[in-house]
Amino acid sequence: MLRRPPDASRAAMSVDAATVRKIANLARIAVTDGDVDAMVPELNNILGWIEQLGEVNTDGVAPLAAVIPNHQRLRADVVTDGNIRDRVIANAPQAEHGFFAVPKVIE
Amino acid sequence: MMSDITDLGIAGLRDGFRAGDFTAREVADAFNGAVAGAKALNAFILDTPEHALAAADAADKARADGALKPLSGVPLGIKDLFCTEGYQTTAASNMLGGFKPTYESTVTTRLFAAGAGMLGKLNLDQFAMGSSNETSAFGNVVSPWRRNDGSNAPLAPGGSSGGSSSAIAARIVPAATGTDTGGSIRQPAAFTGIAGIKPTYGRCSRFGIVAFASSLDQAGAMAQDVRDCAILLEAMSGFDPKDSTSLDVAVPPWEAGLSPDLKGKKVGIPKEYRVDTMPAEIDALWKQGIEWLRDAGAEIVDVSLPHTRYALPTYYIIAPAEASSNLARYDGVRYGLRDLPDGANLQDMYAATRADGFGAEVKRRILIGTYVLSAGFYDAYYTKAQKVRALIVRDFAEAFEKCDLLLTPTAPSAAFALGEKSDDPLAMYLNDVFTVPSSLAGLPAMSVPGGLDQAGLPLGLQLIGRPLDEQGVLNAALAIEERAGFVARPSRWW
Repeated sequence: MLRRPPDASRAAMSVDAATVRKIANLARIAVTDGDVDAMVPELNNILGWIEQLGEVNTDGVAPLAAVIPNHQRLRADVVTDGNIRDRVIANAPQAEHGFFAVPKVIE
Repeated sequence: MMSDITDLGIAGLRDGFRAGDFTAREVADAFNGAVAGAKALNAFILDTPEHALAAADAADKARADGALKPLSGVPLGIKDLFCTEGYQTTAASNMLGGFKPTYESTVTTRLFAAGAGMLGKLNLDQFAMGSSNETSAFGNVVSPWRRNDGSNAPLAPGGSSGGSSSAIAARIVPAATGTDTGGSIRQPAAFTGIAGIKPTYGRCSRFGIVAFASSLDQAGAMAQDVRDCAILLEAMSGFDPKDSTSLDVAVPPWEAGLSPDLKGKKVGIPKEYRVDTMPAEIDALWKQGIEWLRDAGAEIVDVSLPHTRYALPTYYIIAPAEASSNLARYDGVRYGLRDLPDGANLQDMYAATRADGFGAEVKRRILIGTYVLSAGFYDAYYTKAQKVRALIVRDFAEAFEKCDLLLTPTAPSAAFALGEKSDDPLAMYLNDVFTVPSSLAGLPAMSVPGGLDQAGLPLGLQLIGRPLDEQGVLNAALAIEERAGFVARPSRWW
């Protein structure tokens, strides 16, 4: 159980450099060529190990999202806080005139 | 008397303070001094002696006024994953360097309302992702324990709550908060010879705890012994409308309910936790634990949790998937780090900020999570993992038809040396093999010290209970604690 599959890095689904770049872009994390080279085998090693879930028969099993039975609570649709603008933006890297400021988005 | 104050845990401090043996101010001074004198452990990211002193002064006044609160006179360490109003909260990441929350987490709100003070914010693995406290942007935490072979190799205090475990084992805090996503309270507790309990998912509010994997994250208590865990957990728990997964159930009086008498209880021994690579000493301790529980009146039964071996790979899909979603909020706009290279547009700013702010393990998990949630792979990975999770939950439910509690080792080894596993993510992940299944099932689980290995390092035993049966877990842990007579302490080198 503590052993990893010997062919972990050659599993059916594996990522290449292009895929790692695509994932990094989706995750909005800038990566260098060196980062990508290091990540490809690391991620394949982990993904190859995860592949063993394919052995488990899950036919007819409903995916589980909430582990302890609980009910969704409702509350009245009313304002319960507010007027805390300065506290909301207190940690902003850049705030101007009571707003979060970002680089210009539209040319 | 003064020199002994830092040997006391929560109950000893609370009761001694009430009896007039010392003032709360003396307690706070003693622990503030201990914290300041233990920098070599790197257990704290931020010291807050003024907070502890203010709470102590309030406690001394409350005592004079006859208005004592449950934790009056008790200072605590707070894992730096809990937002504390006006005090830097970093999750041990550069991404949140300098972040000062303008609100208080529900758990710390409860603790401070109960009279506790805060000695400081404890170091951890970055965003609670790690099992050795080596992923912190603020440096490794060092365990106070050393092997008895004279090697002096610095040892891991476990993770992610490694600052909490190190500080308690070194007696520089009497107790601390922890959080546990896949074992982050129990494994560090086992590595450092202390007690730690993760309650049922939903017992403690997640409001104001920096999120890692929301369906798994639970706050819990870490302390010298079982009684202190019961006291602290009682003060931390309770329904919170600000957390949509908070359980609206009463918090039992766990301390008052403590009893080491296990007559009528059945304890299950899951055969799948007996693994080839486990050191003989851990197997021997497990057998000893079985005898201790039998001696306490429990009946021992064999049970099977057939999907145990799939728990870790399931966890390493679900936890990174949730993390990739939760950590999308760190974008350099609203709080924390911003990296805006010259001429960069908004997208460049996001990518540069996240490249700079997150550590290697955090990025690794975000990328895994992004991949398993991406179009074309979602069903093969994420949906599949959710289905296997359902089978793991079913395994526990079926086992609990035959028994009331489960006994297992907490971790597959004693503490390893810092650096020993940090180059191999998978080897590090395997450390949580015994703690992850109960996390996936949301069950209350606790580690209690059982003994020392041949190298003189602590080993822990884990008790797992039915949903909401923290009392059963605490009582069985107490039965073990009373029989183990674990009094070993690390000798001071720091």
